[in-house]
Amino acid sequence: MIEVENLTKQFGTKRAVDNLTFTVQKGEVLGFLGPNGAGKSTTMRMITGFIPPTSGDAKVCGISITDNPGEAKTKIGYLPESAPLYNDMTVIGFLKFCAAIRGLKDTAKNDAVERAIDTCFLDTVAKQSIDTLSKGYRHRTCLAQALLHDPEVLILDEPTDGLDPNQKFEVRQLIKRLGKTKAILFSTHILEEVEAACTRAVIVDRGKIVADGTPAELLAQSGTGSLTDLFRKVTTRDTEAAA
Amino acid sequence: MSSCTIYKRELSSYFSQPTAYAIIVIFLLFSLGLTFTFGEFMRVGDSSLEWTFLFWHPWVYMLLAPAVGMKLWADEQRTGTIELLGTFPVSTWSAIVGKFLAAATVWLIALALTFPIIITVNYLGNPDNGAIFAGYLGSFLVCATFLAITMLVSACTRDQVVCLIVSVAICVLVVLCGYDPVTRELSKIVSPGVLEGIVSFGVWDHFRSLNSGLFRLKDFIWFGSIILVCLLGTSAILSSKRA
Repeated sequence: MIEVENLTKQFGTKRAVDNLTFTVQKGEVLGFLGPNGAGKSTTMRMITGFIPPTSGDAKVCGISITDNPGEAKTKIGYLPESAPLYNDMTVIGFLKFCAAIRGLKDTAKNDAVERAIDTCFLDTVAKQSIDTLSKGYRHRTCLAQALLHDPEVLILDEPTDGLDPNQKFEVRQLIKRLGKTKAILFSTHILEEVEAACTRAVIVDRGKIVADGTPAELLAQSGTGSLTDLFRKVTTRDTEAAA
Repeated sequence: MSSCTIYKRELSSYFSQPTAYAIIVIFLLFSLGLTFTFGEFMRVGDSSLEWTFLFWHPWVYMLLAPAVGMKLWADEQRTGTIELLGTFPVSTWSAIVGKFLAAATVWLIALALTFPIIITVNYLGNPDNGAIFAGYLGSFLVCATFLAITMLVSACTRDQVVCLIVSVAICVLVVLCGYDPVTRELSKIVSPGVLEGIVSFGVWDHFRSLNSGLFRLKDFIWFGSIILVCLLGTSAILSSKRA
């Protein structure tokens, strides 16, 4: 479903993503881990077609994002890192706009919006203006936007960031549920999330994959049974990178 | 299709916020206020509106048109919604066109609301309504040109205030180039060839002929090419920012 082939991104002299190759199959939830600045968001932005790769390619449902971006983008639902929204709209107005821009019309559009509102528990705020929403609701509104067109591929950049423990739990459950029928790639800093929601995880550091496996395999690889230990072992710390 | 969806969103955003109302009211106050004061509408007894009313439009637009256009891309970049737009299956170009047309529509509404002055001159005298229409068309094209300039500037920055100041500065320059008192002074310093170049860059040469009821192809080409160049420039800047 998602095939990333030798994806590279160079910003000036800095190589943010370095020859990355991995795949995510249907029914798989891939956790994308790594320290800040490891290239997680950049990779996701390239797969979603927001920024062009320096070299390499990403295919979504077999469609290349560099050769045929228009078509590939219809297959993807994307939650950007900061959950950006149009603050001057209401939740329902925003979702209707997103559905319309995805080519949904009339009843199909209204049904999709209603379904997304249900899935993300937005009923109580549906008619509220977005600039009055709390962070949790903002995140879920942006997540709802990614689900509208029932995409085969979901790319979620830190979907649980800034949520309270209850909301985190709900989003993880949602990811798990959706992961049964879709290919999901989601990035996180929270290592427990890997065990809670992922079928597989990769750890990237300075643009390269440094560990790849199921949660159980990664735990075994750590030697101590702790993902935190593995994470610290395979990634570079800020202080080291600077030195 | 997607241009149309973006157009609707932008237009409703103008009218769901105080922006459009404030600008329309200020435009009406200024344009009509200048007509009855410095334009000496009552004393001159000219029903053509050329010097009493339409003459003032570029002066008002150079300050107010950027206020309508400044948010178009600056706000998208500041709030990060550009990342949503960039991953929707829409081309940058259709987003640019949709946004530009929405801002132009705000001004079309503002211009349409000056209709009492047309009723007044038709009641008091016997004007050439064809020439008045040409004047209005010229006025709208001046405004659209300023909007296109503002859009180009707004693609360069995420700060609306910077966008406003820079766009106003450019628009003031375009208005002053070719304004008779300025060209008279300039003619003392620069050679006639250079002066001609400066005048043709200014708005008056093209606006004045339309305002006097003259349809010259070269004026339409001037307005059309500046608008097109600015919109293409916007597209180039937005793409290069992502690369």
